[in-house]
Amino acid sequence: MEVSRHWRLKKQRYALEGEVCPHCHAKIFPPRDVCPDCGLDARTLYQFSGRGEVYSFAKVQDAPEAHSEQSPYTVALIRLEEGPLVTAQLTDIGDQPLEVGSPVEMVTRKLRSDGERGMLVYGYKFRPLLRPSI
Amino acid sequence: MNASQQDRLLKPMEEVGIVGYGAYIPRYRLPAKEVSRIWTDGEGGVPIVEKAVPGLDEDVITMSIEAARNALARAAIDPSEIRAVWVGSESHPYAVKPSSTVVAEAIGATPHTQAADWEFACKAGTEALQAAIGLVGSGMARYAMAIGMDTAQGRPGDALEYTTGAGGAAIILGPAKESMARFEGSYSYATDTPDFWRRSNETYPEHGERFTGEPAYFEHILTAAREIMKLTDTQSEDFAHVVFHQPNAKFPMRAGRMLGFKDEQIKTGLLVSLIGNTYAGSPMIGLSAVLDKGQPGDRVLLVSYGSGAGSDAFVLSLTDRLPALRDRAPRTQEYIDRRTEIDYATYARYRGKLALK
Ligand SMILES: [Zn+2]
Repeated sequence: MEVSRHWRLKKQRYALEGEVCPHCHAKIFPPRDVCPDCGLDARTLYQFSGRGEVYSFAKVQDAPEAHSEQSPYTVALIRLEEGPLVTAQLTDIGDQPLEVGSPVEMVTRKLRSDGERGMLVYGYKFRPLLRPSI
Repeated sequence: MNASQQDRLLKPMEEVGIVGYGAYIPRYRLPAKEVSRIWTDGEGGVPIVEKAVPGLDEDVITMSIEAARNALARAAIDPSEIRAVWVGSESHPYAVKPSSTVVAEAIGATPHTQAADWEFACKAGTEALQAAIGLVGSGMARYAMAIGMDTAQGRPGDALEYTTGAGGAAIILGPAKESMARFEGSYSYATDTPDFWRRSNETYPEHGERFTGEPAYFEHILTAAREIMKLTDTQSEDFAHVVFHQPNAKFPMRAGRMLGFKDEQIKTGLLVSLIGNTYAGSPMIGLSAVLDKGQPGDRVLLVSYGSGAGSDAFVLSLTDRLPALRDRAPRTQEYIDRRTEIDYATYARYRGKLALK
């Protein structure tokens, strides 16, 4: 992926910044400037809380080249508490049991490095809640 | 004490305090006995119980982001009001490209802010803290963030491999009247002392063996502690808690006793046995553990040590605002308790000690 694309995506990728529809109040992630619910213009920035739950997940044993340094890893669909579904890696699972519905929270982690000399790419992943009470 | 000696006390024009703080420790733990199993057949003593090891997707940038988010949760300020995001470390992921800009972007402090990386071995974090006090205390900035964070590495089989840990803390400085801890004064002491170094392009550091103790750690820590106590007219018994740089469990205990502190005063901020030496993170996360547990009115002495060499010393007093704010983010102990033990082989992979090509 080229450097300029990493740069444009950084806000949504580092911190789950999306949009909220000014008409029907739907929360939108990833941002696409048009509301998927009502079809109207939606460009108001919205900071997602980062909390959600596992909707489905799968362990990746045979990772593509760009992700091989972190394999094996688990990829999941996360239902954010504000509504949208996002695809992301899970991290820091440790020995905790993982199931559909497990509560998770967003953390910013290293997604990959473009070789020894390339850029380090950072972005959101999800992990089991550090502090279930909050 | 004459006037020129009193000048050595660093004290800003406006009173400055800590308005937010946050710790971070990665999840994985390498027991020291696992290191000795590999290198000494399990013979001989070990300097700590275990050390924290970062996961494959963690580095100083990602760890700083989480600590900074915890600090913001406690401060409850708008991140766009922060005028400096300073990250002190000796393991910045890039040789050229600041860690601090990524951290500032991720927490929403960009673009109207300074961002810079600080270096001074294990005192890079308190160096940033010292400077941030100046920035806020001069009135230039309302808020500034200082972070000390490291993912320290030791050469396989070297004595350092038992203790080189990962972790640190972020501190947001602001006006004392909004703070959970006020700075009463600080002091810095530096000399050219060749106790520990790493040349550019080298992965692992070199150290001056026995040279690291007396002329380095103890000379600087003891002098800085004695000097700040003289300058603030305080005695060892005036402090509820004292935090020293902690490369192992022995050095800070011994330094504390030499200064007249009781073990009770030292233990709250002494984390090295459970997370390892977190280098630039070490004094900062020790302070975070003290802020987690201290009571309003408690006075705290913080003294860092960085090889090369120097110490920064700070006297703080905890305020009434602390108890209500500290539960807004995970306490240091919650990160210590979140623990997955790994073996040496997993550690070797996590820390990039296996060359694949
Ligand atoms: Zn809509």
